[in-house]
Amino acid sequence: MQPIHLAGIDYTILLAYVAFVIGIGWMLSRYMKTSADFLTSARSIPTWVTGLAFISANLGALELVGMAASGAKYGISTAHFYWVGAIPAMIFLAVFMMPFYYGSKARSVPEYLKMRFDERVRALNSVAFAVMTIFASGISMNALAKLLNQLLGWDYNVALWVCSGVVLLYVLKGGLTSAIYTEVLQFFMIVLGFAPVVYLGLKDVGGWHAMNHSLQAVAVDPAALYLKPAGISYAPDAWTSAWTPVLAGPAHNPMGVDWFAMIFGLGFVLSFGYWCTNFLVVQRAMAAKNMTAARNTPLVAAVPKMFFPFLVILPGMIAAALMTMPDKNYRIPPPILSSATYAKAIDAVKSANPADASAAVTAVSSSLGTKVDAERITSLVAANAANKLSDEQIKQGLYNSIAENDYDSVILSLVKKYCPAGLLGLALTALLASFMSGMAGNVTAFNTVFTYDLYQAYFAKGKSDHHYFMAGKVVTVAGIALSILAAYFASMFNNCMDVIQLVFGFVNAPLFATFLLGMFWKRTTATGAFIGLFGGIFSSALFHALTTTPGNLDSAGHVVNIAKGGYLHVVSVFPSEMAQNFWLASFAFTACLGLTLVISLATQSMKTDADLKGLVYSLTPKIVDNNQPWFQRPAIVGIVLLIACVILNVIFW
Amino acid sequence: MGLDIRWPIGLMFTLIGALLVINGAVVKSDHAISLGININLIWGIVLLVFGVLMLMGANKGRKNPPSA
Repeated sequence: MQPIHLAGIDYTILLAYVAFVIGIGWMLSRYMKTSADFLTSARSIPTWVTGLAFISANLGALELVGMAASGAKYGISTAHFYWVGAIPAMIFLAVFMMPFYYGSKARSVPEYLKMRFDERVRALNSVAFAVMTIFASGISMNALAKLLNQLLGWDYNVALWVCSGVVLLYVLKGGLTSAIYTEVLQFFMIVLGFAPVVYLGLKDVGGWHAMNHSLQAVAVDPAALYLKPAGISYAPDAWTSAWTPVLAGPAHNPMGVDWFAMIFGLGFVLSFGYWCTNFLVVQRAMAAKNMTAARNTPLVAAVPKMFFPFLVILPGMIAAALMTMPDKNYRIPPPILSSATYAKAIDAVKSANPADASAAVTAVSSSLGTKVDAERITSLVAANAANKLSDEQIKQGLYNSIAENDYDSVILSLVKKYCPAGLLGLALTALLASFMSGMAGNVTAFNTVFTYDLYQAYFAKGKSDHHYFMAGKVVTVAGIALSILAAYFASMFNNCMDVIQLVFGFVNAPLFATFLLGMFWKRTTATGAFIGLFGGIFSSALFHALTTTPGNLDSAGHVVNIAKGGYLHVVSVFPSEMAQNFWLASFAFTACLGLTLVISLATQSMKTDADLKGLVYSLTPKIVDNNQPWFQRPAIVGIVLLIACVILNVIFW
Repeated sequence: MGLDIRWPIGLMFTLIGALLVINGAVVKSDHAISLGININLIWGIVLLVFGVLMLMGANKGRKNPPSA
């Protein structure tokens, strides 16, 4: 994508945001007196604030960018990540799990695991989580610095250090409260910053119905937009119906998934695993001021979350629809190529012989290093031969004939297309805000787990609270420094990052089985949980080593990239990576569940019923909330939200 | 925590809203990009209203602090 030029007003808005977040940190710093104030907000924050922070912590920039990308690639089915995935899991967390997290007085998810099981389970979970948060924040910061570099021409290093510095300033001053408050600010920035872009885009394609109509053409011939290889065709509703294409089977929807993997793999295992056990989001609810507020946090979050697809997925669908309208002069940006590469390709066009079309196409394609649209190259070469084109015209022609899409630029390309100076600053600030609060969220989860679950538990037991307060601050600085290192690592070894994320997938996939058994079956033993977890991690790694996707097999049937699986032996080939991922999670969950069950039955529990009070469902007094108004009773609100979610599924069936 | 988050939210959006309104009112040049709509002016007003509502909420909260 071509660089964006910011005007004075855009920079003013950006600076105003930065000034406000640092100001919030400053204002909060005088309330930071104990380690609990700094690391857990001393459980004092109102529900609507923790609720909005709860979704904001998840709505990192990568999610924002990724959802728009998937909206273009897969259409409305992407909303399953919300309507099948997130919402039911958030309701389950509120109604069933929050009472144990909040009621046990645990300060973190690993600490709950220690209370319920033993040190081994805590150590495994906290080490994995600490490493994961650092890499997650590094990946996000690398993406931010790269974006600022490519789009605004800022220096990569300066962008990385300045943005990290801003995060450090406000997190170090105001701790978790700072991070939560900024997340709320970011929530409004994103909603108010992107809503006008979605509105203008939808207006431009002629409204909802006109967009759906255009997307029918996309579904019938996705190759025309370079969305799929040539020859693939779906039913006309593949981009605009959420369920019909999925129910028709993996060959009939662009995601390549079947309904079982969608409901069990995504809806149950992956989503519940993420929303109910990931301390990054759970921490927001644990900072609430009382049990009711803690349980209502995910419910408050579920309301806007339900409608987020219209803000984050719709832009992708708009982009795909725009591409079918030649007069809009829009395409999803191709991968970013250097001007040297373009110069080489321009020479190739100039020196090509229009009589030999296929040689011209090959020459241009090899100088660009991407797939190209043969027809467009042929006519570009012919046009240049007939009537000398300027370099700029040829470059534009090349840009339009690259037959690959850089889906991650969808959202920004729309911002650029529709936003005048002013609104542009607002939308970019919203994006920047979500990157920075993504880092802040990870760092505040990291410092709590590191300080309480690793430092206090294994390195410095029984010190004064002031000691841990200071430790928390040191860990915060260290966390940011490590994130910066991780960002450089990500920028240098992109493939290693894929492998690292893969490994985290293995570690996380079985985790929900451990929580489910631990919370609802008092007979679950620590040894069962520990071995079950390891078994689950091992089985997901094994599953990955034995399966792959068609795209990862060369013509001889050999595996191309080991990060995409199948390196031991190819037992099964899934139609898409998403299907492989959903099935992997389902498999790991089942393995962990089975192993934990069997080993728990074979081993002696070290905990008495009294030990497990407040930690296990059957041994914890039920929360009586009959005296509360209905809208404060999680079970009732949860049912209302579930019904709303079902209605959304039916509307977009 | 002693800081009501509605203050900074309200102040920030009032400020950004005002900036956009002024920009939309003064700079008449290029509305073609936003489909002929003076989106800065309209959206500036939306942000301004949102910001002022937040400030009013914060002000009300200051007069009657919540019990819990």
